[in-house]
Amino acid sequence: MAAPMTNDQSCFFALALGVSFLKCLLINAYHSTDFEVHRNWLALTHSLPVPQWYYEATSEWTLDYPPLFAWFEYGLSHIAWFFDKEMLVVQNLNYASPATILFQRLSVIVADVVFFYAVKECCKCLREDKGKDLLGKPSFILTVLLLWNFGLLIVDHIHFQYNGFLFGVLLLSIARHFQNRHFEGALLFSVLFNLKHIYLYIAPAYGIYLLRCFCFTQSNADGSLQWRSFSVVRLVTLGTIVLSTFAVSFGPFIALGQLPQVLSRLFPFKRGLCHAYWAPNIWALYNIADKAFSILGVKFKLLDINKLPKASMTGGLVQEFQHSVLPSVSPLATLVCTLLSILPALFRIWHRPNGARGFLRCLVICALGSFMFGWHVHEKAILMAILPLSLLAVESREEARIFLILSITGHYSLFPLLFTTQELPIKIFLMLLFTIFSLTSLKTLFRKGGALLNPLEATYLLGLIPLELICEFVYPLTVWQKTFPFLPLMLTSVYCALGVTYAFIRLYISLLTCSDNTKKIKTQ
Amino acid sequence: MENWSLISLCVLLGLTSRWAVSFHSYSGAGKPPIFGDYEAQRHWQEVTYNLPVHEWYFNNTNNDLNYWGLDYPPLTAYHSLVCAYVAKLLNPEWVELHASRGYESHSHKLFMRATVLFTDILIYIPAVLLYCFYFCDGSSKQKVATALCILLYPGLILIDYGHFQYNSVSLGLALWGTLGLGLGWDLFGCLAFTLTLNYKQMELYHSLPFFCYLLGKCIKQGLTGRGFFHLVKISMTVLVTFALCWMPFLSDPKQPLQVLHRLFPVGRGLFEDKVANTWCSLNYISSYHVCETHLIIAGGHSGIIMLPLLLKDGLLLPYVVTSLAFLFLSLYLLSALERSTEEELRLGLYRKHTQHWLPKLNLSRIIKWKFWFSLVAMAALSFTSVWLKPPAKLPDLFPVLVSVLSFLHFLGFIIYFNQVQLMEPQRKKSLKKTN
Repeated sequence: MAAPMTNDQSCFFALALGVSFLKCLLINAYHSTDFEVHRNWLALTHSLPVPQWYYEATSEWTLDYPPLFAWFEYGLSHIAWFFDKEMLVVQNLNYASPATILFQRLSVIVADVVFFYAVKECCKCLREDKGKDLLGKPSFILTVLLLWNFGLLIVDHIHFQYNGFLFGVLLLSIARHFQNRHFEGALLFSVLFNLKHIYLYIAPAYGIYLLRCFCFTQSNADGSLQWRSFSVVRLVTLGTIVLSTFAVSFGPFIALGQLPQVLSRLFPFKRGLCHAYWAPNIWALYNIADKAFSILGVKFKLLDINKLPKASMTGGLVQEFQHSVLPSVSPLATLVCTLLSILPALFRIWHRPNGARGFLRCLVICALGSFMFGWHVHEKAILMAILPLSLLAVESREEARIFLILSITGHYSLFPLLFTTQELPIKIFLMLLFTIFSLTSLKTLFRKGGALLNPLEATYLLGLIPLELICEFVYPLTVWQKTFPFLPLMLTSVYCALGVTYAFIRLYISLLTCSDNTKKIKTQ
Repeated sequence: MENWSLISLCVLLGLTSRWAVSFHSYSGAGKPPIFGDYEAQRHWQEVTYNLPVHEWYFNNTNNDLNYWGLDYPPLTAYHSLVCAYVAKLLNPEWVELHASRGYESHSHKLFMRATVLFTDILIYIPAVLLYCFYFCDGSSKQKVATALCILLYPGLILIDYGHFQYNSVSLGLALWGTLGLGLGWDLFGCLAFTLTLNYKQMELYHSLPFFCYLLGKCIKQGLTGRGFFHLVKISMTVLVTFALCWMPFLSDPKQPLQVLHRLFPVGRGLFEDKVANTWCSLNYISSYHVCETHLIIAGGHSGIIMLPLLLKDGLLLPYVVTSLAFLFLSLYLLSALERSTEEELRLGLYRKHTQHWLPKLNLSRIIKWKFWFSLVAMAALSFTSVWLKPPAKLPDLFPVLVSVLSFLHFLGFIIYFNQVQLMEPQRKKSLKKTN
């Protein structure tokens, strides 16, 4: 007989199985157009030869993920064949038979196994794992915060995406860096980037960290750089790993001369500053400020309404933004702002690295900075900051605080993704579930030292309740619903942007003021 | 973690699984002209809203009793009436007399599902929580674990949120009745139990233990003294509650007779939809017209019993998921198998009888093996019911096998629970319900 599982292991298994059961129950829930996106990719990778993958345009949902993901879909399509062959016909647009739904949903649920494994590895990286009882142990709390993360559940298993699998690869890569298995970590990140290029957001953190802490094998006593310890071997090996991953992924398309086409699909800059629903970032605040200034300006006769450029913020796939009072923002401007926002963090870990934890903080800041200032950011990208931050939240009081604000606000900002009445109770129940758990478990974990959230922060978070009541229940019953249907979305966006910005600032303060290890850091 | 947060998490998990199951199909979905229980409930809203009280249980041009005529006691009718008022506010088409027959729409389904959730939150869930915290043994974490298992019990979820019924109301009220008796609030317990009797007549099955317990308590207190007063108070509570519930029907002697005729239809057949009980298996005529809902009341290993019904309703996926989840959860959280020593299982009586001729019999191990065996049998039956075709000569082979298996389980449970009850030492607060 197999050796009996330890208490921890059986608990992990129970949590993983439990959340999988929940995911199975959500198979029949609403799914967004992303479902059709992936069905289309299954069809085109299965039915068409490789050279046509990035040219195929029968469906409006063209392939806009890097080649490794296309290969992943190709692999899935062979299993899909046994469920329903019709879903693999490219012309079958919006095909959604029960077998198709079952297959696609199950593929997300099964792919989450990668995520489970990564979470297990992350739990092993925790510094200390002692607790009064099982429910108070950091590893248990971290497991629940990750496996039962509200954002992942509703984005992956209702809205429909494969983020669990991708974040699994990311968290595994982070875990490997914690375990000083840097080559594996780098390989995993290269693979991840070739699966979904949005992870470009955090590539600078990887680059600087690996260069500083891995290629330079030693630091001086005060933590500063020891130039002589530079290891060319390591740099070359890292470079080889990264380049060979890219070669496997993009190689065939470069050989076919299709690289420009692939890149144009991956980076469609024709889209506007903000998505149809504004992600709660700086530009949401910028938009609202612009609107406010223009209204006030006209009211106080400082501006001539006829001379103002028409500020259009209507819905749709493509959003062209023209601001009225404040200068319009171009993609280059957002790039500059993003880089400026993450540079201090990168500089900090270059100058005073703090091992893997410093790297993780920098990673979260890069993710959050890109979210705050990026071009055409989707609100789902907030998960790239929330999930890695969970690891820091169970170890440090300050980060737990930031995590609570960021996760509750960020998760709430995902509510507009599920706009159907049927899913309303689910999103409320699951949000409450995650919020209550994270608040009470982190509060218990860090009970020494007073309250985790100060009154202002607590009030802000409580303010989400009336906001939800107004946007979801009260506003639809008013006369303005017809004339200004976007108002609740705007309100949600702006309110959450405040919380996200606050979290970003606090995170920066935490990074820049954290005490670093001044002993000689030997990073092998 | 604090108790309140653990309880909230359990309740939220229970609510989430309930609502997620409600996404699936309901009984009779898209199956004109008769449809199913969902249409029955909608029809009752239509009837109670549009017709005067004295016509509810009678056959006339406005009320065709052959099409899902009311066959539950008046409290169900009043509940339907309240729902109908809400339905009328949202969309009058849902309860329009005659025209709304067979009405099906996504928003209507949401409304109907919401009514189930509402009563569940109001009546059943608080009762479960109170029951676990006042009457279960163990640490507060164990109580929370028990509450979670009860809240995730698949039978109730699948029938109420899948098939479509309001068993949470009747079971909840019965549970409140039990709580009342257990806490010594006899009159409150009587009130609650009388209400549940007036909601679903099936609860008569539970009335005997209630009656016997209360009668015994009164006798103990002395039928010439306090006991007598107590008995009088109990009787008055029951009578007044009945009177209030049946008041609109008491003006004309024909009314209550007709209602009773609808509640206990001796004209109907013995079997309804291939059920699992003595009658189906032994073909023995002793009770009439037992239907699937009784099985929730009996509880137990029960998902399998409803499998034929659930398959018909298109609820295979939620059945598999909730049953597996419940099984796994109860095994894991309640460490069900570890705590199955002879003492804990209270197999004393069995031990006494088998001691002489099978002294080395390890009863607890037998129980464990029997548990795994019945699990395998259930899994196999589930699989065959879904994937295999029965032989042409025996088209109902699988549902009957399901019934037989379930009957054997129930028989076993009845014997077991009776023996537990008989061996139970005298305790102040105990009224064990077999659920």
